[in-house]
Amino acid sequence: MSDIASRVKAIIVDKLGVDETEVTPEASFTNDLGADSLDTVELIMEFEKEFNIAIPDDQAENIGTVGDAVSYIEENAK
Amino acid sequence: MEFRRVVVTGLGTINPIGNSVAEYWENLENGVSGSGMITHFDASKFKTQFACEVKNFDPTEHFDRKEVRKLDLYTQYALVAVKEAMADCDLDLESEDLTKAGVIWGSGIGGIKTFLDEVKGYANGDGTPRFSPFFIPKMISDIAAGHISMKYGFQGPNYGTVSACASSSHAIIDAMNYIRLGKADVFITGGSEASVNEAGLGGFNSMQALSTNNEEYQTASRPFCKSRDGFVMGEGAGCLILEEYEHAKARGAKIYAEVVGGGMSGDAYHLTATHPEGRGAINSMKMALNDADLKPEDIDYINVHGTSTPVGDIPETKAVQTVFGEHAYKLNISSTKSMTGHLLGAAGSVEAIASILAINNQIVPPTINHKEKDPEIDERLNLTLHKAQKREIRAALSNTFGFGGHNASVIFKSFSE
Repeated sequence: MSDIASRVKAIIVDKLGVDETEVTPEASFTNDLGADSLDTVELIMEFEKEFNIAIPDDQAENIGTVGDAVSYIEENAK
Repeated sequence: MEFRRVVVTGLGTINPIGNSVAEYWENLENGVSGSGMITHFDASKFKTQFACEVKNFDPTEHFDRKEVRKLDLYTQYALVAVKEAMADCDLDLESEDLTKAGVIWGSGIGGIKTFLDEVKGYANGDGTPRFSPFFIPKMISDIAAGHISMKYGFQGPNYGTVSACASSSHAIIDAMNYIRLGKADVFITGGSEASVNEAGLGGFNSMQALSTNNEEYQTASRPFCKSRDGFVMGEGAGCLILEEYEHAKARGAKIYAEVVGGGMSGDAYHLTATHPEGRGAINSMKMALNDADLKPEDIDYINVHGTSTPVGDIPETKAVQTVFGEHAYKLNISSTKSMTGHLLGAAGSVEAIASILAINNQIVPPTINHKEKDPEIDERLNLTLHKAQKREIRAALSNTFGFGGHNASVIFKSFSE
C-alpha cells in the first residue's frame, strides 16, 4: 500500500470509528462506512490538512469512495 | 380551565457529588463537598484554581469513539443523566405515542469548550477557515435536546431553554405547562452545563463572581456565611421525567412527587446583580405559589438559589421573608450549592432532584461550610446549617436566578391521589 493510501486509511479509521479491514478501496463513505454528509465534509477537510492541498467543492463531490480519495490525492498532492 | 396534573416518574443525574441519583442523595444527606483543585486544564494562571468537577467520568464508557467526537461535554452529561432517568421511569417506548413525548432541556452556555477549541484553531492558523462541520451542531445550546430526542425517538415538542442559571428551571416549568395543557403526555426535561474550562472560568473570574479562596477550596462554597466571597463553579446534569398523572397511573409508574407550580419573572434591574430587595425573586415565588394554589404556610422547605456570592444571598433571604412572613421562620431553607457548587444552567435540575428527594425522604439536606453569621441575614431563619434535618416536608420550593435578571421558582409536592 502506498504511503498516501495508508495515511488516508488512518484518517478514515479515526474519524469514522470503523475497523481498518472495512476501509477497502471500493468502500463508499456513506453507503459502507456509515458517514453522513457532515462526516464527509470533515473527511475532505482532514485530507486537505494532512496532504496540504485544497480540494474544491465541485471536485469533493466526486470523492465518494476510499479509492476516489487516494487517486485524487495522488494526482494533486505536491 | 382545569389543568391536567403532572408527576415526576424518573430521575437521573451526574454531578460533582454523585454519578447517580442514589450516590447524589447519600452525599447530600451527609453534607459532602464536591470541591477540588481543577483537573480539566492547567488553571495555575487563573485567580480561581478550584471547582466542583464531575469525578471519574470516562465518556468512552457511555459512547463509542465516533459519537464522543460529535458531542460536547455538556451533551455527554445530558445523555448520561437522561439514560439513568429513562431506565428509572421504565417507560415502554414500544407502546408510547411518541408524538406526545417531548424534550425541553436547559443549558446556560451550551458547548463553550467546543467554541473555545474551534476559535483557538482558527486564531492560531493563517486565516484560512478550517472550522469543523460539527462546530455549530456540537456547540449550540439546543443540541442536547436534539440528541436526546434522536436517542429515544421522542417526536413531541423539542427545544432548549436559555436563561443563564435559571435555564433548567424554565425547562421544567415549560414541560409542566405543556403537559397541563395537553400538548404532550411525557417530557424528558432538566439541564446540563460543562464550563469548567479556560473560557468559562476566565470569564466568570473577570466578573468577580467566583470565589478565589484557593487555600480553603473545600469549604469555599459557603452560602449565607459572612466570609463568603463568590460561587464555586460546578458542572454536570440533572434529568426529570415529567408525566401526566393519569398516564403514569395507567401504566403503574412509580411517582416521586407532583409538580404543582411554576413562577417566572424578570428583575428589570441590572446585568448581573440581583435587585437589592429581591423584587424579581418575590414575584417569582408568589407566582409559583399562586400557580400551585398553595399558601405560604404549605411550604416546608425552600432549596434556595444561594450561590455564596456576597451580593446574591442577602436579597434572596429578604425576599423569602417578604413572601413567607412569619412562616419564613418555621420552614427550612438550605443551599445545596454548598456541596455541589453552582451548576449554572443545570442548577435548577439538580436542585429540583434534591427537593424531590427531600420530600421522599422527609429530610432536608444541609447548607455546609457555614462558619460565621452574617449580620445582614436574619438569624431566626433556619438555614439547615452543617447537618441534614429530619422533618415533615409536604411541599418544597426551588429557586433559581440567572444573570440578566431571570428568575424561576418551581414547587414540588408530596404525592397523594
